[in-house]
Amino acid sequence: MHDMSAQAVQHHAPPTSFIGKHVFSLDHKVIGKQYYALALVAVVIGMVLSWLMRIHLAWPSAKIPLLHYLSANGAAGNVMTPEYYLQLMTMHGTIMVFFVLTTAPFAAFGNYFLPIQVGAEDMPFPHFNMMSFWVTFVSFLVMIASFFVGDGPTLGGWTQYAPLSAIGPASGPGQGMGVVLWASSIAIFCVGQLLGSLNFITTTLDMRTRGMSLWRLPLTAWAWFITSVMGLTAFAVLMPACILLILDHVAGTSFFVASNLVISDQVQPHSGGSTLLWQHLFWFFGHPEVYIAIVPGMGIVSHVLITNMRRPLLSHRVMVYSMGALAVLSYMVYGHHMFVSGMNPFSSLAFSFPTLIITIPSTIVVLIWLGSLYGSKLRINSASLFSLGFISMFISGGVSGFFLAQPSIDIMLHATYFVVGHFHLVMAVAAIFGIFAGTYFWFPKMTGRMMNETLGKIHFWLSFVGAYCIFMPFHYLGLAGNVRRYQAFVDDYLQPLLPVHKFITVAALVTGAAQLVFLYNLVYSRFRGERAADNPWQATSLEWSTPTTPPPFDNFGGQHPVVYHDPYQFGIEASTGDYVMQNSPEEIHTVRDEE
Amino acid sequence: MGRIFAVTILVIAIGSAIPILRHTWWMPQDISTHGAPIDEQMSETMAEAGICFLASQILLAAFIWKFSNPKPDSKIKTFPGGASGLVIAAFLLVGTEVLALGAFGAKAWAKIYFTPAAANALPVQAQAGQFAFYFRYPGPDGKFGPIHPDMVSEANQNFYGIDINNDQDAKDDIVTAEMAIPVNREVNLLMHSKDVGHSFFVPELRVQQDFVPGLDVAIHFTATKIGRYEIVCTQLCGLGHYNMKAYLSVMSQQDYDDWLKKEAALQ
Repeated sequence: MHDMSAQAVQHHAPPTSFIGKHVFSLDHKVIGKQYYALALVAVVIGMVLSWLMRIHLAWPSAKIPLLHYLSANGAAGNVMTPEYYLQLMTMHGTIMVFFVLTTAPFAAFGNYFLPIQVGAEDMPFPHFNMMSFWVTFVSFLVMIASFFVGDGPTLGGWTQYAPLSAIGPASGPGQGMGVVLWASSIAIFCVGQLLGSLNFITTTLDMRTRGMSLWRLPLTAWAWFITSVMGLTAFAVLMPACILLILDHVAGTSFFVASNLVISDQVQPHSGGSTLLWQHLFWFFGHPEVYIAIVPGMGIVSHVLITNMRRPLLSHRVMVYSMGALAVLSYMVYGHHMFVSGMNPFSSLAFSFPTLIITIPSTIVVLIWLGSLYGSKLRINSASLFSLGFISMFISGGVSGFFLAQPSIDIMLHATYFVVGHFHLVMAVAAIFGIFAGTYFWFPKMTGRMMNETLGKIHFWLSFVGAYCIFMPFHYLGLAGNVRRYQAFVDDYLQPLLPVHKFITVAALVTGAAQLVFLYNLVYSRFRGERAADNPWQATSLEWSTPTTPPPFDNFGGQHPVVYHDPYQFGIEASTGDYVMQNSPEEIHTVRDEE
Repeated sequence: MGRIFAVTILVIAIGSAIPILRHTWWMPQDISTHGAPIDEQMSETMAEAGICFLASQILLAAFIWKFSNPKPDSKIKTFPGGASGLVIAAFLLVGTEVLALGAFGAKAWAKIYFTPAAANALPVQAQAGQFAFYFRYPGPDGKFGPIHPDMVSEANQNFYGIDINNDQDAKDDIVTAEMAIPVNREVNLLMHSKDVGHSFFVPELRVQQDFVPGLDVAIHFTATKIGRYEIVCTQLCGLGHYNMKAYLSVMSQQDYDDWLKKEAALQ
């Protein structure tokens, strides 16, 4: 516990200029909103790319209006070429994983709410924080720039396996400048995340207000803290890997390219590199990255559900320990991406067991949620629906992990749509449901206005049913051996699966269109929504105790809140109703039996 | 609305399970000697994952149904056994389940990867390059000639870069675009990548293995059913990845011998 005495606070005066207030802002709340806006732009681009891909897969010769404006070569006559499909696919994956799933649940909500939830007036290094956003923004521009240079973005997939990614333009369109821009963008992105992680860690450890012991932190704060520790170690490995990849392109090195590779009858001027080295470095980052995307969602969903169940979880500590266990184990399982990579088959078994064991903390998390639902007083609203939807998606995506954790079964499922279905449900859809839950829940605090509940529920229903219609059939395709990353299905055995692809495409278009309801709601409510009270959900944590809504520049109007209680005092009898806020000195008489 | 949601979850969960139970889309029939434990492992995992999936979704639906319309005066209740009961259940049930799956799965994996190919296994070399597979048979001397990367030439149809004129071992090598193997005879497949990463996937054969540029790997298998099967690339290798395929013909020994003679004559 830390005493927030004056010298411990990196105090900075409120900005006066427009630029200082809204552009190069040091305020963690503005930076959080900037991250959210960036994620919003990125998710729209990523989703449109997925529509283009899905239309092409279902109807390969379809003319997609205006597409040739994006690339005259890649879509001459508005029909996508095979290589352009792969380029769009690569950008879809990259933009979604880095600029949506990493930024929104972690950097956006975390920046906005972590300092308030710990009772601080800002993060300890506001300049680093500002830099972290703007560096990420530059990284995004560099990534988007690759659409418009030379022969377009790289086609190597978001995993950028070497030597395809490292050998240069000879290996295909986008493999020269496209890869250099991709690797540069990701290396820059890593800098932003490292700066952000440092701030998150120090905020959690050093900026807590009086009375805010670690165990009194809300689960969101714990989730962001754990995620930032993961981010610090994972991005610290990805960044040098990307730099080595760039060097293979521009400095004549051969970190990832072996000797004697022949392309177009030419022996490539590289020697001595290792194909598997890239995979090891990438997945050492890549698997923790999955948890970087999902752990904040676990925190948000717990936080939102607790408020809407009007009770704490069965065990706060077990939830924290489980998220911590997921973080630790996430570094020991990455080899399950490489079972058939040519890695020593013994290593496959060594990576298989931790991967299977990681299902235990995941199961505990789900059981704690389910057990806490039991006997609760569940309120149904947009935020709680998306939280419950998250749990359903996490279960569905989680159980397919049982298969992919086993190398013997992976022989049949590796690189098929089964994998695509698995990670989309558990990492993409679940994480995005977490973002939606957070948005519907915190929007009143962030803007001072309520979101429209009817539109929120329509958005939920279309998204929930739609996501299952898209991603459950992916598993069936994978079981039938449908290989991923194909721009068309020309193999004989894939022909009977084409109707399934058409179904998925229609579902994706409808579900995507449903997101317009959300965008409309977001914009409409921002300006016309009903005015929000300071604590519209009768919640307990410190973000709901700010003197104004949205919170003032220094969050607590010059006061340092004092914390008296654990974060989730619900289901009790108090003067305020069935809850007591963390900063309320009121004594709590009701002792729940699970405590 | 909570109750509609509960029913929706139930319908989705049960609806998702039906195609699995009916095997509407499933793995093709196994034609290998090593595939049975893989199939068995797949079925057992499907049963256990399926039970976890249905049980969790049904519980979720049931609790939403029951607790989403609380009476204003209702009291919060605690799940019987509390958190510790659930943690113990997770460790005991899921822990035992995954360790059992892991142990049996390891056995299936070990059977494939930890046993060397038989001494009399038929050596075949597969080469993957953007965007075609080629196969090489060592000829009567049983030896492959060395690969000279600088001699690789599509124009001269020297796909492997072998030097027939100077390398004794290469003189009788037979290079083909289709892979043929005799039925019920173990094959030792030596995998060489010419350029970037590729993979060798024959679903019926229960084989998927990446080609690693700069590192030749070997796998061995025995096909048990005569027929013609597709070999597809599963490692993203460039713009023609989707179209990178070859055929595997499993033949009787007699047909295989005839085929090899015919191919040798074409060299």
